[in-house]
Amino acid sequence: MIWVNAIVQGILIGGFYALFACGLSLLFGVMGIINLAHGDFAVIAGYAAVLLVPQTHLPLVWGFLIVVPMFALGGYVLQRTLFQTALDRGNPLTILLVTFGLSVITENALLQAFTSNGQSINIGSLIAKSFNPSPVVSISYLSLAVLIVAVVVLVGLSLTLSRTKTGRLIRAVADDREAAELVGVNYRHVFGIAAAIALATVALAGIASGMLTEFAPSSGTNNLLFAFEAVVIGGIGSLWGTLAGGIVLGIAQQIGAQINPAYQILAGHLVFLAVLAFRPNGLFRARVAA
Amino acid sequence: MTGRDSPVLEVDHLTVHHGQLCAVSDFSLRLGAAETFAIIGANGAGKSTLLRTIAGLHKPSAGTIRVDGTDVTSTRASDRVGAGIALVPEGRRLFPSLNLAENLSIGTHRARPGSFTVERVYDLFPWMRERRGQRASQLSGGEQQAVAIGRALVANPRVLLLDELSLGLAPVVAQRIYALLPELLETGMTVLLVEQDVTQATRVATRVACLLEGRTTLEGRPGELTREQIESAYFGLHEEHWGDPDEAAS
Repeated sequence: MIWVNAIVQGILIGGFYALFACGLSLLFGVMGIINLAHGDFAVIAGYAAVLLVPQTHLPLVWGFLIVVPMFALGGYVLQRTLFQTALDRGNPLTILLVTFGLSVITENALLQAFTSNGQSINIGSLIAKSFNPSPVVSISYLSLAVLIVAVVVLVGLSLTLSRTKTGRLIRAVADDREAAELVGVNYRHVFGIAAAIALATVALAGIASGMLTEFAPSSGTNNLLFAFEAVVIGGIGSLWGTLAGGIVLGIAQQIGAQINPAYQILAGHLVFLAVLAFRPNGLFRARVAA
Repeated sequence: MTGRDSPVLEVDHLTVHHGQLCAVSDFSLRLGAAETFAIIGANGAGKSTLLRTIAGLHKPSAGTIRVDGTDVTSTRASDRVGAGIALVPEGRRLFPSLNLAENLSIGTHRARPGSFTVERVYDLFPWMRERRGQRASQLSGGEQQAVAIGRALVANPRVLLLDELSLGLAPVVAQRIYALLPELLETGMTVLLVEQDVTQATRVATRVACLLEGRTTLEGRPGELTREQIESAYFGLHEEHWGDPDEAAS
């Protein structure tokens, strides 16, 4: 039964990884941007929740109502300005360097402003509440809520992409930017929308991470690594793959931790390496951004 | 000009460079409503570059492009659709992860008012209606070409640019697609097409120009040009120029 618990915990944490990774997957699937600042954006979202939300007298749990729209708007602006300029240079390295630079700047600016101490989003007694479907399996309400949010976000994103007009435009520009221009689609605007969606999901992930554990200016890089692993395990560009990848990673880590707490991270990395070696296209490879 | 007063598409002294290479040099053209103008020429003659520049995908280094008298030379490709230019690109370029119906309806994104609707395209190609849910990547080359044309038609362009329709298609299939052109012309649509297949091009066009290394080497009505003239212009066998394109156009 101890292993069952490990798997359950793995699935729960996997939901968080998937929430974290779907924005990364979307940016890459639609624009070909590998956003190395992804993890740092999540950390900014955490600080935004801690600092801004108390000003509004809203309970911290509802902080995402403020931070997510802010990030969506910021994502659109960032894409239309800095990212688009970098993409227009035509060299794929440019955008990589830009996001790398953003990551370094963000981390150091946060260090300067908030020191390297860990922060967390204090949601009171909610953090400790859990239920026990069996004597050895304990499910925290918060982790379950994060998993549900992750699934809702992924289902919503998937439906948006497949059913709505905007989703159709996003898939079209992801397929063929130039052909999209030829039918009158301003692909820069569509890129902006995709970035807005991606950053909105990052904000959610950052807030979730602040509630589940704690964050510090330097935690972005670590989170980015897990997000990358989830995306690669699941198959680049596939949203459902990202969920599955996150869960596979989560389970691997929990099982590793069950064997020996020191193996938690290592086990995740090993599964990631095994997928890279044997299924380099990921376990659930699908079409780009669908 | 074919008896119409105002030209639909005017290209004046257009020069396009790819880096150092001059792909199109001092090209001029005036097209009236319901004309079909074919540009023929060998690989690398600058035909596709010319169409892509008119559609807004390349910036010309000199010259102007006007649609219905409006200068669109510095207009973005995506805005030229609204101005009345639609290009069916070389290689079809359908959106592979969209299905047939979605590929057509995305063509209406910036559609001008006009007689072509997705329904009308289904009437033109009845097979599309029952296969509308199929992914574009599952269609045959000829079917993809038909969808690509449909996608451009639903934008109701003033000028339809067709880039190498017959490329990669069986001659019969290409012929069937070209057989549609007269129907389009009835709507008053102007067609500018680029084609390697000279026979196909001269059959459908009201005027033909031959491009060689970015320059017009021959221009005229298909009936008035001899096979030898076309051959020598196509391959650049003689340094003969068959009149100034501007003059021939007016």
